[in-house]
Amino acid sequence: MQRIGVFICWCGSNIAATVDVERVADAVKKDQGVVYSATYQYMCSENGQQLIKNAIKEHSLTGIVVGSCSPRMHEATFRKTAEAAGLNSYMVEIANIREHCSWIHKDREEATEKAIILVRTAIAKVNLNAPLSAGESPVIKRALVIGGGIAGIQAALDIAEAGFEVDIVEKNATIGGRMAQIDKTFPTLDCSACILTPKMVDCAQNEKIDILSYSEVEEVKGFVGNFSVKIKRKARFVDEKKCTGCKLCMEKCPSKKGLDEFNMKLNKRPAIYIPFAQAIPNVAVIDPEQCIKLKTGKCGLCQKVCGAGAIDYTQKDEYIERGYGAIVVATGFKPIELNAFNEFGYSENQDVITSLELERIMNAAGPTNGVLLRPSDGEHPKVITFIQCVGSRDTSGCGKPYCSKICCMYTAKHAMLIREKYPDTEVHVFYIDVRTPGKNYDEFFRRAVEQYGVDYIKGMVGKVYNENGKLMVQGSNLIDNEQVLIESDLVVLAAAIEPEPSVRKIATLLTASIDTNNFLTESHAKLRPVESPTAGVYLAGVCQGPKDIPETVSQASACAAKVIGLLVKDKLKTNPCVASANETMCNGCSQCASVCPYGAITYVEKELRVDGKTELRRIASVNPAVCQGCGACTVTCPSGAMDLKGFSSKQIMSEVEEICKR
Amino acid sequence: MKEVESKMLERAKVLLESGEVARVIGWRKGAFCHDPEPASFESVDELKDFVYDYFCGANLSKYLIAESKKEGKTAVFLKPCDTYSFNQLVKEHRINREKIHVIAVECMAKLDIGKIKAKGLSAVTGVEVDGEQVKVQTLYGEAVLSKTEIVLAKCATCNKTHQVKDEEIVLHERPVRDVNRFAEVEALEQMTAEERFKFWREQLSKCIRCNACRNVCPACSCIKCVFDNPQSGVAAKANDDKFEEQLFHIIRAYHVAGRCTDCGECSRVCPQGIPLHLLNRKFIKDIDETYGEFQAGESAEGKTPLTEYRESDLEPKDVLKEGK
Amino acid sequence: MQEITTKEGFVPNIVAFCCNWCSYAGADLAGSSRLSYPANVKIIRVPCSCRVNPMFVLKAFQRGADGVIICGCHPGDCHYVTGNYYTRRRMAMLFSFLDYLGIERDRTRLEWVSAAEGAKFSAVMNDFVAKVTALGENKKLSDLRVKEGE
Repeated sequence: MQRIGVFICWCGSNIAATVDVERVADAVKKDQGVVYSATYQYMCSENGQQLIKNAIKEHSLTGIVVGSCSPRMHEATFRKTAEAAGLNSYMVEIANIREHCSWIHKDREEATEKAIILVRTAIAKVNLNAPLSAGESPVIKRALVIGGGIAGIQAALDIAEAGFEVDIVEKNATIGGRMAQIDKTFPTLDCSACILTPKMVDCAQNEKIDILSYSEVEEVKGFVGNFSVKIKRKARFVDEKKCTGCKLCMEKCPSKKGLDEFNMKLNKRPAIYIPFAQAIPNVAVIDPEQCIKLKTGKCGLCQKVCGAGAIDYTQKDEYIERGYGAIVVATGFKPIELNAFNEFGYSENQDVITSLELERIMNAAGPTNGVLLRPSDGEHPKVITFIQCVGSRDTSGCGKPYCSKICCMYTAKHAMLIREKYPDTEVHVFYIDVRTPGKNYDEFFRRAVEQYGVDYIKGMVGKVYNENGKLMVQGSNLIDNEQVLIESDLVVLAAAIEPEPSVRKIATLLTASIDTNNFLTESHAKLRPVESPTAGVYLAGVCQGPKDIPETVSQASACAAKVIGLLVKDKLKTNPCVASANETMCNGCSQCASVCPYGAITYVEKELRVDGKTELRRIASVNPAVCQGCGACTVTCPSGAMDLKGFSSKQIMSEVEEICKR
Repeated sequence: MKEVESKMLERAKVLLESGEVARVIGWRKGAFCHDPEPASFESVDELKDFVYDYFCGANLSKYLIAESKKEGKTAVFLKPCDTYSFNQLVKEHRINREKIHVIAVECMAKLDIGKIKAKGLSAVTGVEVDGEQVKVQTLYGEAVLSKTEIVLAKCATCNKTHQVKDEEIVLHERPVRDVNRFAEVEALEQMTAEERFKFWREQLSKCIRCNACRNVCPACSCIKCVFDNPQSGVAAKANDDKFEEQLFHIIRAYHVAGRCTDCGECSRVCPQGIPLHLLNRKFIKDIDETYGEFQAGESAEGKTPLTEYRESDLEPKDVLKEGK
Repeated sequence: MQEITTKEGFVPNIVAFCCNWCSYAGADLAGSSRLSYPANVKIIRVPCSCRVNPMFVLKAFQRGADGVIICGCHPGDCHYVTGNYYTRRRMAMLFSFLDYLGIERDRTRLEWVSAAEGAKFSAVMNDFVAKVTALGENKKLSDLRVKEGE
């Protein structure tokens, strides 16, 4: 049996003018469990709180009800008051008799009656309250960054800067990601490598950062502050510690048929290779599909020429397991496959290329050493047509329904760079809309049109076909309302971007939610944009939604700030109002886990002693450090085994009953 | 049906003799020809009472919750409709699939002794089914009835097919019925709120709270029912009011919504003849119409309609259609 | 407000479940903006609309509530990301089912009210109370298993 104290606040005249506070205090005096009731002018004031504290001590109260303003206003205040008097802070319930009563009702009688019911409802609830205490869980002071593109690099550098250890897991042989493939960046036109590679070097040199390249996340266990991650280190057949990056092996390798992924497969590379000159780590990797030694057992040339003795054909995949307090997902993007877009003839015509392929062609370290030559015959193209929104804003089902966001800007960049370097080239751009919000972005686009004379045509392209070696681009000009046919030498498609497909597996491992387009879902679209709903998991870059480099870097730094804020704590306090399953009632049916947005519920096989018999049962187990207390599981549970502390079924039922008494 | 029965018996014998399974779940002869009961056969000897005929309507899937916990493998004969319940129970981790050997058997629709008796026949000693004709033998002579008129309610609208089988005994092709299983629900929906209330009040007032529906229902497989859970706020013992009494069927229907396979056992076993399946079918119909067709138990994996969502889901006010 | 036929002296009793993050705050805003709604609406605070078990709704009706309304964050804005999506399905099915049993559809309602929508909260409650008042007293669920004439 509880000993409940009821404290009715006047809130000056805010409550007392409409609600007869004395009558309320009087009416509930003899209610179940109530041993004390009082009113006071300002319960939240120093004196009011003292009154509560004194009453708790004098009357050995086990629970209190404060009839006052909204709990959103002063619940925390009164909880602290209770705690100061030695009462568990969760033995406090607030009856909102201001916002929900005195402020909206004019009739004193009516308002007083309602206030009595609201206070009684709170009394009914507090009768069933139980002391709750926040649990604690330790924090492993190390972060994991999945993905070594600019997002992962920035996040890792910022976290390391604050003094915490960070591991970057990158599935490719080098970090750098998509940004490393880009030639120049908008709106400043500075060289991408010039601003990215120093950051890559910083990562390599920072003793707090461990780069696990050519590696993948295989398994994630645990929860915020306490993740345990199994990482696969794929066999690269080269000892990372010994390789000096001299590239002699690349020269000598007789197998030169592999397609150069870094150059968008526009040229060939040896079976042993370093993806690009500034790769980090600057260590070779063997492509087992192309290596003659690995395929046939013969050759071994690279091993012979390697002065460092780094080549090891017997290397196997290795697994390491490490603990982390926080995880940043920065898995990035890829351009969509264009096979479904027959109208643009991408698969049939070598000279129909994607924008990312153009980046490589324009890059000094690219397949053409930066000279703009078309892939089919190595000739300089005189007429170039760009087509925007290829697969973006596409609701036909062929492409993506969203705007890829970056294409308008990079197309303007390409057009401008081509006109700058090759003024004799004609450049046309087909667009639906040109979207250039952002600092100096619209100015940048206007320069392309006004200063560089790029021909922007509003309209979509219906067909690209090859006629006598020329690419005929047939489209409509919506402004002049006419069909146009442009005889082009090169067609560049601004292909939509999509999340790197491996993110699906990562999302599953992390129980992080993902939307229909495979973008990871943030915890709150506006107010928690870099946090995943899964506590301790943060999102940076395009894995969360299309964005350009400055936005990616901002988001990565924001992630780092969140991670640092987490890692700086020694222990995490957990919300005590979490779900828990009554073991003897649980069927282990898995329905609760299927609605949990946080992946807080797992199942354990447990031996239970029920009715004198020992039985092995499958039972739901809620991790209190992960559960956020929404209660979705409690309703899904058919047997009522799952309940929510602080908002238990019995408590809510008793509130319903109290309101319905009349 | 005799042929099917003998094939089943043959398989049961082989499985038991070879030790491949520790027990076979099937039906055992009852006191009368029309009341065979679910039974576990652990030896060839026990099989002498084995039966499979037109009165074996019981769904055996729920027994497997307990049987799959026992030592050794259990073989079970499942009719098409039973396999849905089986899948649903596997999905909810209530049956250990690896320990069950499913023998899918043909059904051909089962007969309702209540309906036969309602035709004025008593002391039934046997039936012979020939297509649409059923020859009913009684102590007082023989009568011929139309099969459609005397099949179980759950069989009358059934078009289910075997969803699970480790092996099958199917000798006859089953006729596909062209029936709308929601016709009765639709008729109720057409009534006014007052009429519907009157209908349900009459029906539910017949309930004697014997729990037969709950005990037979394969979706009602809770180790402990919510009504026996003192923490749920609805347990009968914890309440001195009539909440449980009054809302039992409503809560039961809600708890099995999205999980009920429409096996019809609730109505079959109700001693008061309450059309309980019409409660469950309302949920099935609403779910089909609102979230796309869904048949619980078609798969042993995946979410149920009430444990998933679409961002474009209808609001409740748009689900309730005007004009009723 | 629409025209209603009030039964003599009848004041309905309304149970409103409000999620802590949006609708309860919306109700607070209605209060601080002094936007009135009838005093017979009493609010129960739940962390999320998905905490509302259909059994709570049934309990309210069985105990004599004349109307039950559930308010949550707008779809897409749920503090717990997906909670209100489950609520929407659960309540859509429950309300339709109650209608099937003969509980008039205007006695149940699901509304999305954000923390900024004090005016909407007040308007919704006024409208809901008016509709329930027009329907009169609800005795149905507590009657359901009582034989006629008993």
